[in-house]
Formats: sequence, structure tokens, C-alpha cells
Amino acid sequence: MEKEHELICIVCPMGCHLKVTKTDQGTIVVKGNTCKRGEQYGKNELTNPVRVLTTTVKIMGGSLHSLPVKTNQPIPKGLIFEAMKEINKVVVEAPVTVRDVIIKNILGTGADVVASRSMKK
Amino acid sequence: MDYEIVVIGGGPAGLAAAIEARKNGVQKILVVERDRELGGILQQCIHNGFGLHVFKEELTGPEYAERFINELKENNITYLLNAMVLEITQEKEVHIVSPNEGYLCIKAQAIILAMGCRERTAGAIAMPGTRPAGVYTAGTAQRFINMEGYMVGKKVVILGSGDIGLIMARRMTLEGAEVLAVAEILPFSGGLTRNIVQCLDDFNIPLYLSHTVTKVKGHNRVEGVTIAKVDENRRPIPGTEINYDCDTLLLSVGLIPENEVSKTVGLKIDPKTNGPIVNEVMETSSNGIFACGNVVHVHDLVDFVTEESRRAGRGAARYVQNQLDNSVIGFETIAGDGISYIVPQSVRIENVEANLDLFMRVRNIYHNVKLVVKSGDKVIKEKKKAHMAPGEMEHITLKKDELQQIDGSTLIIEVKEEG
Repeated sequence: MEKEHELICIVCPMGCHLKVTKTDQGTIVVKGNTCKRGEQYGKNELTNPVRVLTTTVKIMGGSLHSLPVKTNQPIPKGLIFEAMKEINKVVVEAPVTVRDVIIKNILGTGADVVASRSMKK
Repeated sequence: MDYEIVVIGGGPAGLAAAIEARKNGVQKILVVERDRELGGILQQCIHNGFGLHVFKEELTGPEYAERFINELKENNITYLLNAMVLEITQEKEVHIVSPNEGYLCIKAQAIILAMGCRERTAGAIAMPGTRPAGVYTAGTAQRFINMEGYMVGKKVVILGSGDIGLIMARRMTLEGAEVLAVAEILPFSGGLTRNIVQCLDDFNIPLYLSHTVTKVKGHNRVEGVTIAKVDENRRPIPGTEINYDCDTLLLSVGLIPENEVSKTVGLKIDPKTNGPIVNEVMETSSNGIFACGNVVHVHDLVDFVTEESRRAGRGAARYVQNQLDNSVIGFETIAGDGISYIVPQSVRIENVEANLDLFMRVRNIYHNVKLVVKSGDKVIKEKKKAHMAPGEMEHITLKKDELQQIDGSTLIIEVKEEG
């Protein structure tokens, strides 16, 4: 059975209204997107929805108590809370440079958790 | 101590304006920042989605800020931290206090206002009930959690569906809190649609449109919050109450441009934007005083703040170099049907270098309409829009040849049904 899903693209703040259909042959058709990334988003949402995770880790000896971090590529939506548990175990020491790897290949996703700012001692 | 340009505020607007002024040949520039570091609110906005227009990639707030801070430093632009501007004068003296420098009075040739905005509070919306601990504006909670390392609560209700409220619903959830509901008094959300999808829908957080908080319970700490549906006059409808046991209420009920300093020099303020009236080079009603970013009007995207601030930086540079024609009187931009405001509010075509960018917000949600730019009865430009909402800023670029078609003293932009 073909079913049309109405989605709103979250790749950028344009927020295009997508219509995504999975055909009986199993191919996925995306309409309403205005860029290539929107097409990819529409396909992912039906097969394996992914998100970039942004959060903080505790930092010692820095100008602030928290260091912002992010996954350097999107990870499966279903792994977000498990990833949070891993990230919350980490304590880093200042100084840190932006894009420093904090956790390599988190939960085997292939994504690294990296610092999203530099922080001096 | 004299400077050619003093920039008040070291957030995204101030950074972009200062760097652009330097690139346009201004040597002596000072940025005055009241916080302990540059970057402004971006430093607490740890989520991603910044920079898609300016850098063509998706950055977090701190990453976006760091690129501009590095550029400012590479350009050897002077900045003061922990420094608060108290007053500016028509003579372009900037009065500053700071723990390190004491009291300073700095003379400038031009001033750029880039103070950003502040959040509306519980007092500003006359919220009913008690005032226990646990009621925060969403941005304050954001700073506590993302920068200071304090978790603000465990069971949360959020009033207002502005972007910060939506972002905080997700952030609190990720950090282990339970977000029970987001209530929005309007029949539509004021936030970006993408934030409703990725911050609420992803986590099954319910959004109650046309609902508001009617009661806050608790003596020392919030113990509960009641929300109720409102009628078309935004009055609560009895019998529609929903009670929540919670320890925290976050408010995301709007942002107000921060113009205390602007008022010390008597700048004309637009009652619609709550920011200074500006012209094509982002100059306010006082010659040589410029303004950009959220101090002028509240933006949804920092990328547009950057672009607007570069215009202000270039404008201030041209002012200092005597390249602006101040003798001409321009035309006004008028918000027609369906438009709540337009920035800039006035335009002197003589000073427009290439294109003129006009920014506006619509009053309502529209589908399949046109934005129409008119001078008198003459239509100068039309832009088809499949979807428009008050939460998403609209923008029209007029090319030089389109500007030449403007006759008389006004330019009107309105929303028109297709057909």
C-alpha cells in the first residue's frame, strides 16, 4: 500500500513542507523539497531518522563549568538517550580547542562527539 | 581616548559590524561588551542550525561566535569586557563603567548600537498566582544549564512557544527532566516550524495552542501550574483547566529590543519593533549613530543579524569617511495589509550601493499569497509565497533598477491573495 507522509523538513530554517511516499516497489519519492538535502531528509525520516545531538560535558579548570559538544554527524534518533548517558560520564580538562574529539565513534555510530567551542584555562 | 567607531555590544551584531567597518578602512574601532567574554547569547545557544546562509554549513551557536571572535582578533580590533555603557550623547561620547577600567568617557565619530534584546518576564505578562522559586525565563534557564552547569528543575511546564522555549523543551528532556506541556496563548506557534518538529514532536511533548497559564501554585518552590484554553479575546475559558504537578515553569513569551542606552540619547523608537527607526545604512534618527541586530528588531536567524550588521558596519565606515549623502530626504517604507513592520523604515536611494534588502514580518499565517511591493499604485515587485507565518521573518531584495521606479515619497508592501 502506498502511503503519503506529510513532513516538515528540519535541515534548515526554511521548513519546507514535504510529501514523502513509499511506492509499492519500495522506492521513496520526496516532493515539496527545494534542495537535495531535503530529499535526503525525507528518505531518512521514513527509513532511519537521524539527528545531530548537541549537549554539554563537565569541564574542569575552564572559564565555565560546562563545555558545549556535538556529534560531528547525525546519529540515529533512537540512540539519542543512550548517547546522552555516555556523554554525561565524561569530564574534560581545560584547555580545549573547538573540534577536539571528546568521544570517538560514540556507540559505534561512526560519529565523534566534538567540542563546539574552545575554552581556555 | 578617541575612536572612530565605538560598537556597543560584543554579540553577533557587534562583532560583524566591527569587522565590516575594519574591512572598509576604519582603523580605530572599540567594541564594548558587558559580559566576561565576547559572543553574546550565541555562547548559550549550544544547539545547531546557525550559519547555513553565512557559512553554508550548520554550526552551533558557540562555533558561529568563535569564527567571528577569531576574525575580530585577527583584525586587531580593540575590545573591553565586563564593561557597561551607561549613557551616550549627541556629541557621541560613550560613558562606560567597568571593574578593571573604572569610569571612562570615550569620544567617537560614529557609534554602532548592538545591544541585542532581553526576555519578557512573568511581571511583563501579569501572570496570575504566586511567585515561588522555579519560575525562569527560558533564556535564563538556558544559560544556567548550558554555561553555568546548573539543572533548573525536574518536572517542567513551558509557557510560550517561541524558539527558545521549544529549544529548552528538548534540552531539559535530554538532561533528564520531564517536560509535561508547552502552552501557547496564540492559535499558532511563534517559533520556527523545524523547532516544533525536532524539539517537541521528536520527544512527544504536547503543544497546547490557544492555552495560557492561569495559576502558579507553591510557596517556596513551584508545586503546580494550571493551564486553560483561551477564547478569541485571549480570556481563559472556565472548565478547560488542566493541572500539572511540576517544580518548574519556563517562560518563552517574547523578546524586547534592549534600548535603555538608545533612550539616553533620545533616538526615535518604532512602536511596532520596539527598536530604533533606521534607514538604508542602518543609521538611526541621530546622524552617525547606527544600530543593528536584535536591538533594531528581533530576528529568528543569526545569519540575518550578521548580514544586517555588516550593512551597519559599512554604513558607519562610510559616515566616518564622509561618503554618505545626508542632505537628501528619502522615502518611507510602509507596512500595508497583512504586514506588521518593515526594516529599514526609511530609504535614501542615493546611498544604496547595489541592492536594498527589506525585512518584514507578517501579521498572520498565510498560504499561497503574494508579497507585493508598490509605489503609489505602481507595482514594483511581486513575490509568491506558499507559506508565511509571523514567526518567520520575510525578506525582499530590490535591485537598483527596481528602486529607480519608485516615485513620490512612499513604498508600500502588502500581502495579497493569489489570483
